[in-house]
Amino acid sequence: MTGMRKIAGTGVALTAGAALYVFLQPAAVGLTAMLPLRGHLRDAAAFFLFEAPKVLLLLAVIVFAMGMVRSYFSAERTRALLSGRREGVGNVLAACLGIVTPFCSCSAVPLFVGFLTAGVPLGVTFSFLITAPMVNEIALGLLLALFGWKVAAIYLIFGLGIGIAAGWVIGRLHLEGWLENWVRNLRAAPAVSSEKSISFADRIDAGIQAVSDIVGKTWPYVLAGIAVGAFIHGYVPEGLMAAVMGKSAWWSVPAAVALGIPMYSSAAATIPIAEALLAKGAAMGTVLAFMMSVTALSLPEFVILRKVLSLKLIAVFAATVGFGILLTGYVFNLMF
Amino acid sequence: MKDVKVLGSGCKRCQDTAAMVQAEAAKLGVAIAFEKVFDMAAIAGYGVAATPAIVIDGKVVHAGGLPKSEDVAQWLKEN
Repeated sequence: MTGMRKIAGTGVALTAGAALYVFLQPAAVGLTAMLPLRGHLRDAAAFFLFEAPKVLLLLAVIVFAMGMVRSYFSAERTRALLSGRREGVGNVLAACLGIVTPFCSCSAVPLFVGFLTAGVPLGVTFSFLITAPMVNEIALGLLLALFGWKVAAIYLIFGLGIGIAAGWVIGRLHLEGWLENWVRNLRAAPAVSSEKSISFADRIDAGIQAVSDIVGKTWPYVLAGIAVGAFIHGYVPEGLMAAVMGKSAWWSVPAAVALGIPMYSSAAATIPIAEALLAKGAAMGTVLAFMMSVTALSLPEFVILRKVLSLKLIAVFAATVGFGILLTGYVFNLMF
Repeated sequence: MKDVKVLGSGCKRCQDTAAMVQAEAAKLGVAIAFEKVFDMAAIAGYGVAATPAIVIDGKVVHAGGLPKSEDVAQWLKEN
């Protein structure tokens, strides 16, 4: 397929998606009316029939857009931008790049080591490593579409803030001695880049690839998340969530963070659950703290990082990020 | 004989890349000495920051993500 045809095809697909999106609400209402259901089950079914196509459609569009954006960045290019940066500016830049640089947790160790050997300071490396999973670009897109720009902006600002501050603190503490021995003994390696010129049509391919990769893999979890959301919507009484996850329950924020640590789920699956919890009176800060904890504090990632970091350094890392998330939860609950 | 190494942590993508390189080499009839490198210190020594990465005769041709099979064929022919 030629480049122009590819661009035109993408335009047609996006327009069709937008048209479909408009018809989701009446279609879901019509479908629910035809089902021989009543009461709680009917409420749950209505939620599922409307949310499932809506979230999947939004997810596909967001993942496509992010796949294209990410094709402009690579771990090598980010490293070149960060190497030799001073703390402060470096932390801010690292946190911002953490959002858009393609990164999978199985690459965490080579990335960490690759950054350090190229002369990126430890604290700056941490700013990147914290923000990359915490400010999930897909969660950001979904929050924007479902909860509005204010919530999305605050999620972004607090996520970046935690990454910058935690990385800066770790840098100031001079914890280089807490790296594993073999990492400290590495000599600086010449940074290589495997950059080649990429055409706009290739970037569209990257977007499509991201959709088949991410949506193709996570849709069952997203549907499961929507099913849990539907159950909450239909069966959980109004007052219960307000009592357990409401603003007045001060302990709910730390509980939400603790609950999130052993869980490692895609952000896309947690958002329909968050939507249903919010509608039942859960506080926004508590729900966001849970989401951030699920994505940023994950046990599997700590196990991977154990190869390069001592337990003490992992503890400092987890404590700083955990404290930031707690703060976000409380501040959010005060504001909304 | 080309010396081809796939650097990776052993994740799914790294395994897929290794399999793709071997399949492409067999298809093209290019003789290769193939090796998977898991040692992180060695990987860092090549200067890559993202895995899977492909090294042909000591030169890094790819780093990060699953490569396209056409590109793999191209690298095997060129280098």
